[in-house]
Amino acid sequence: MIRMQIVFDHVNYIYSGGTSHERHALKDINLSIDKGEFIGLIGHTGSGKSTLVQHMNGLVKATSGHIYFNGEDIYGRDYSLKKLRSKVGLVFQYPEHQLFETTVFKDVIFGPNNLGLDKLEAELRAYNALKVVGIGEDLLDASPFELSGGQKRRVAIAGVLAMHPEVLILDEPTAGLDPKGRDDILEQIDKLHKVSGITIILVTHSMEDIANYADKLLVMNHGELVMNQPTKEVFSRYKELEQMDLAAPQVTYLMNILKEKGIDVETDVTTVAEARDEIIKGLKR
Amino acid sequence: MIRDITIGQYYPTESILHRLDPRVKLVGTLLFIVSLFLFRSFFGYIAVTIFLFTVIKLSKVPFRFIIRGLKAILILLLFTVFFNLFLTPGDPIFELGFIKISEEGLRSAGFMAIRLTYLIIGSSLMTFTTTPNQLTDGLEKLLRPLGRIKVPVHEIAMMMSIALRFIPILLEETDKIMKAQMARGADFESGGLIKKAKSLIPLLVPLFVSAFRRANDLAMAMEARCYRGGDGRTKMKPLKYKGVDFFGYGTLVLYLVAVIASRMVENIIM
Ligand SMILES: Nc1ncnc2c1ncn2[C@@H]1O[C@H](COP(=O)(O)OP(=O)(O)OP(=O)(O)O)[C@@H](O)[C@H]1O
Ligand SMILES: [Mg+2]
Repeated sequence: MIRMQIVFDHVNYIYSGGTSHERHALKDINLSIDKGEFIGLIGHTGSGKSTLVQHMNGLVKATSGHIYFNGEDIYGRDYSLKKLRSKVGLVFQYPEHQLFETTVFKDVIFGPNNLGLDKLEAELRAYNALKVVGIGEDLLDASPFELSGGQKRRVAIAGVLAMHPEVLILDEPTAGLDPKGRDDILEQIDKLHKVSGITIILVTHSMEDIANYADKLLVMNHGELVMNQPTKEVFSRYKELEQMDLAAPQVTYLMNILKEKGIDVETDVTTVAEARDEIIKGLKR
Repeated sequence: MIRDITIGQYYPTESILHRLDPRVKLVGTLLFIVSLFLFRSFFGYIAVTIFLFTVIKLSKVPFRFIIRGLKAILILLLFTVFFNLFLTPGDPIFELGFIKISEEGLRSAGFMAIRLTYLIIGSSLMTFTTTPNQLTDGLEKLLRPLGRIKVPVHEIAMMMSIALRFIPILLEETDKIMKAQMARGADFESGGLIKKAKSLIPLLVPLFVSAFRRANDLAMAMEARCYRGGDGRTKMKPLKYKGVDFFGYGTLVLYLVAVIASRMVENIIM
């Protein structure tokens, strides 16, 4: 079994090459993602996150460089990009804009049908996917255009989940959702990750979300991959993150202030639960 | 992919042509198109070519960029050449079975190809050097006299500028939706005509939905800012002719005289 699932080898990407609005969106990206990892991808607006993830399922072809999926070059001559896309599921930023069918159920089954599954299997997958994202049975026959923004988002995510990808990439899946909706969706994704062991790549602007779930972080800055480390190590470099218009989770700052004030606590804390334990410990010391 | 269409795009750079008043460019383009259908022989051809290439040079738009826009009309161009070449009656200069090429056919095919190419280059030069806003401002001002006979000039210009503004947005949107559906395994390329047409549904439905949503939002935003049509509306950048503009008009007159003169010379010697 190959452990390294996705490998980028000197990948560059230039939008509108050869014209006056040329933009070097990815600069010499090298990275490897292992099977079963939960990766967070952060970076300022326009740093190239969406561009990067669109390379992973071959929607955008690198201007130069190579990308390997499970050891195979995806730009190889007989490599089937369609098959790659069935294995690497990508939920776009604002995915609700891609809904088109007359009912919610039909929209979700679009992906499985494209995989050429038999009817029963496709229906089963669509049904389960909708359950995972918390869309009740009463909505299955509703028109996707009648749903609220958050419900649309869930349906769109289900549309990708129903394809049973090996890698699930979510580009800001929770932007514009209410706190409960956001937690629900992230919990479900985390469960999928733990239960079926699929690789998750989560793009987000919420440092709290990423601290709660991701094991490893990729940090983009102006098209370059500047950090590729475990979550805690990245957040301990919060001074550098601030230079890139990013930040560490609120509690990391809190711990640093407490330490300055003379309370003996560890500062590499990133989640609220950890912070609580650490403060209690610190006060007892 | 879709972005490769350059017709109608603006090419931002600094040039004398970019600085020219949009009205001069509109009138100039119109005159240029008319002149294309005036000349019939070599002299006129030379005049038009010199004019066009001088303008291209002045515009500072790379030649490569201009040529790229021609790709879009290649098929149309080939059709025109084909029909003119084989279907124009006259003295045959080449015969092979039922295929006949006449001298007249060759001439008219050549001229048509040149005219069509120049037509596209000429009109795209206008859009390369003029922002959509300037273009509609110019048009509005040029057509203002029509307002007296109750033509809704301002509304037409506003509609035009909105339409032009929406082209790149919709192209981008198409690109995005296409990618999103491809990520769900949609296939836009293979299959027969019916299958291909059917595969467009997942693209077209969201595209229309988003176009209507955008139109709605825009209408709302305009109303929120008290838009109420053209009456009494002033411009942030009112159009005013400057020295270069009169020079531009002068050049156009000279050009027109040259083309008409070449036409007359043709009539005399032929
Ligand atoms: N279709 C496009 N054509 C031209 N340039 C583009 C296109 N899409 C993105 N870019 C440019 O590429 C750069 C990276 O964009 P990208 O969408 O990957 O950023 P991002 O990190 O996802 O930002 P955000 O956090 O806002 O989603 C930006 O500078 C953007 O302007
Ligand atoms: Mg993005």
